[in-house]
Amino acid sequence: MNRVTRRGFMIGTTTSLAGLVLSFHVPESFARGPKGVPPPPLPPANAFLRIAPDDSVTVVLAHSEMGQGIWTSLAMLIAEELDCDWSKVRSEHAPAAGVYAAPGVGMQITGGSTTTLLEFDRYRKVGATARDMLLRAAAARWKVPREKLVAEAGVIRNGAKRLRYGEVAVEAMALAPPASVKLKDPKAWTLLGKPTRRLDSPEKVTGKATFGIDVSFPGLRTAVILRPPAFGATLVRFDDRSALRVPGVEKVVQIPTGVAVVAKHFWAAMLGRDALVAEWRQPEGGGVSTEELLAEYRRTAQKPGVPVSAAGNVVAALSAAKTKLVAEFDVPYLAHATMETLNCAVRIDDDRCEIWTGTQFQTGDQKVAATILGTTIDKVQIHTMFLGGGFGRRASPQSLFVAEAVTLAKAAGVPVKVVWTREDDIRGGYYRPMYVHRVQVGIAANGLPSAWDHVVVGQSIMSSAPWASVVMKDGIDLTSIEGTESPYVDNVPARRVTLHTTTVPVPVNAWRSVGNTHTAFAIESMVDELAHAAKRDPLEYRLALLASKPRFIAALTLAAAKAGWGTPPPPGRARGLAVHESFGSIVAEVAEVSIDQGHIRVHAVTCAVDCGVVLNPLGVDAQIQGSIVFGLGAALHGKLTIKDGQVQESNFHDYPLLRMFETPRVSVHLIQSNAPLGGIGEPAVAPIAPAVANAVFALTNQRLRSLPFRLA
Amino acid sequence: MKLTINGAEREIEAPPDMPLLWVIRDLAGLPGTKFGCGKAQCGACTVHLDGNPVRSCVLPISEVGARRITTIEGLSSDGSHPVQRAWIEADVVQCGYCQSGQVMTAVALLARKPEPSDDDIDRAMSGNICRCGTYNRIRDAIHLASRLQRGGK
Repeated sequence: MNRVTRRGFMIGTTTSLAGLVLSFHVPESFARGPKGVPPPPLPPANAFLRIAPDDSVTVVLAHSEMGQGIWTSLAMLIAEELDCDWSKVRSEHAPAAGVYAAPGVGMQITGGSTTTLLEFDRYRKVGATARDMLLRAAAARWKVPREKLVAEAGVIRNGAKRLRYGEVAVEAMALAPPASVKLKDPKAWTLLGKPTRRLDSPEKVTGKATFGIDVSFPGLRTAVILRPPAFGATLVRFDDRSALRVPGVEKVVQIPTGVAVVAKHFWAAMLGRDALVAEWRQPEGGGVSTEELLAEYRRTAQKPGVPVSAAGNVVAALSAAKTKLVAEFDVPYLAHATMETLNCAVRIDDDRCEIWTGTQFQTGDQKVAATILGTTIDKVQIHTMFLGGGFGRRASPQSLFVAEAVTLAKAAGVPVKVVWTREDDIRGGYYRPMYVHRVQVGIAANGLPSAWDHVVVGQSIMSSAPWASVVMKDGIDLTSIEGTESPYVDNVPARRVTLHTTTVPVPVNAWRSVGNTHTAFAIESMVDELAHAAKRDPLEYRLALLASKPRFIAALTLAAAKAGWGTPPPPGRARGLAVHESFGSIVAEVAEVSIDQGHIRVHAVTCAVDCGVVLNPLGVDAQIQGSIVFGLGAALHGKLTIKDGQVQESNFHDYPLLRMFETPRVSVHLIQSNAPLGGIGEPAVAPIAPAVANAVFALTNQRLRSLPFRLA
Repeated sequence: MKLTINGAEREIEAPPDMPLLWVIRDLAGLPGTKFGCGKAQCGACTVHLDGNPVRSCVLPISEVGARRITTIEGLSSDGSHPVQRAWIEADVVQCGYCQSGQVMTAVALLARKPEPSDDDIDRAMSGNICRCGTYNRIRDAIHLASRLQRGGK
């Protein structure tokens, strides 16, 4: 069995790739235990790749699989360079360890549509390194020059002689890794770029995939937590006598986030929670209400905020303009509503701790657990389970849901799995924040904008995050205004974007595609209004504004052509379009809508995508499909209402998500692009709301400037 | 009480008001059936009683009686059921959390209606939420499963 000390490994990897250690055995302790039994503790992180004697290739993922498909795409990166048999490849989540920090990020984190592009070089190099070592091992065994050997589909050949990778893995492992490796020319790729089915399907269609909520082992208890009924409410007192009489309830423990009922199973914990009697003190001043907050944001938006970007004299240009257009846009608080509610299982043994959870942020989780337990991070093991959706909710900058479970396990003195109910989730905060945009545009005689004054009002989601230094600049949260430097605007001679960062006692966090969810809505709606004011076709007007932006033109033109733009839509329908760049990718969408008994019905969405080099077209298509459903659900339904600090919605009956009958046919067209690799998990979310709003305008002459849409 | 889960009779001790979902997950040790809402709103907990799809999160165990319970684990152990094969072929899953419920609902639909139209599929499947938005591929997979079940390709 190969064991490498953490120290030796860490030194190696921080200096050069030569230190990458490839463990070609599967040590017994790596093997997963039977279903429901937690896997045994892993040795220190020591590999990105293992090749076993049976030729199976196990790729160890430094990032979390939450549906976005990295289980497959990262494995493809290694497999391409390794030239192994794809049918023998499987993936697993890495433990939490410094070596798995994302290149250039320094943390083990999954988000921002960055996984594949951050790992593009590292994972390919791992594959190439292993291939080189395997070839050298085979050369040594056969006593022939390495150059004589050919490797393909997991087999090394020398004339008629053959060796499978699994047969030389042990010898290869003993060799020193090469100082450098040459990666394939993309033209030589045989796997990357080809539609490739997901590696995690078989376990996910048989119920075998283990999510955090599925973790169970002897002695593990389940806890449900009674949480404050309002943001800022504090616990005055509670009575747990009835709760403790519920069969199966073992303990009631007060922790900083509420009162935890610890029980033999979930149902007992739920009944116990229902039986708790608690008295809460309302927050000072009565708590926030979204209706008042929106009115306040609208007042705030009347004046410019802190300058974000500017050119020319926008005030003078606006007053000089003969024609002006002013519009306000607003978006509400939104919950992520991952299908798997938050959960986290913790077992503490003396100064050691094991955590099982679906998380996007292992580095932070490990640190916070170590701090709570007064131990060091190497004593905290994190088993990343499949995430039943992430969308940002499982990237808690302060690792709060993990901290809560560790705190409870410590206080309760038993291994415990905290499970959030759907109500806990919808009412639990860390939302996409409410935002208001006010855009004033001066229009020149040619119908194009001569002045663009854009005021943004809303909360910062990043100001206290560990990565604040990356996303905050001079006090500006770049995610509040991302997308406002739009290609439509950067040619306008006088322009200004300003930001009012508000402070509201409603916790917020990144929500799939983040600031783009509101900036693209404001800008693409506004451009559509300008096209209408200029009496020009919305596509033609956009193309005029984008004259020097070939990637945008290509995306818009392709989506429009595929959607039949310029041909009459079926009776009773109209089309609208939008294009937006985010996460390094450009996505244009055309929505075809009708009004059905007072409801907006989106029949088809035609989408053109330039995400740079496409590594797995099938995966890209899936992310576009999903993003459009995600964004459309928000556009048609998504809204949280807060009164006196209390969230009024609680479950899917009053916080509806998009269902199948409302889902349009989505067709995705990929642009052959030489642009650098872009992200794909998020960029298609933002364009759908304005595309639908613009289509509804084309159909009804009614502008929808407020999300979710409500027809007059 | 005696329950028949995936063809095996099991003796389970549970309070009568305990929802079938938690009996399956926490007492019978079959975690493939998922909790999503607890209010019969999302379909993640769908299982079959005598072949009919039910929302196990709101069904008290006392109401199950002698009916045969089938969970995702009981459909096939190796993913060989035509609906599972179609799901893999059409590359449906993303996070995968809702898919046990989606598959169980689809199996029941195809048992009732071997060649469903898009409208049939929309009607049958709209009680199952997929937050990842895999609906288009679910539709495709159900049509494919219909062909597979009828012996086509």
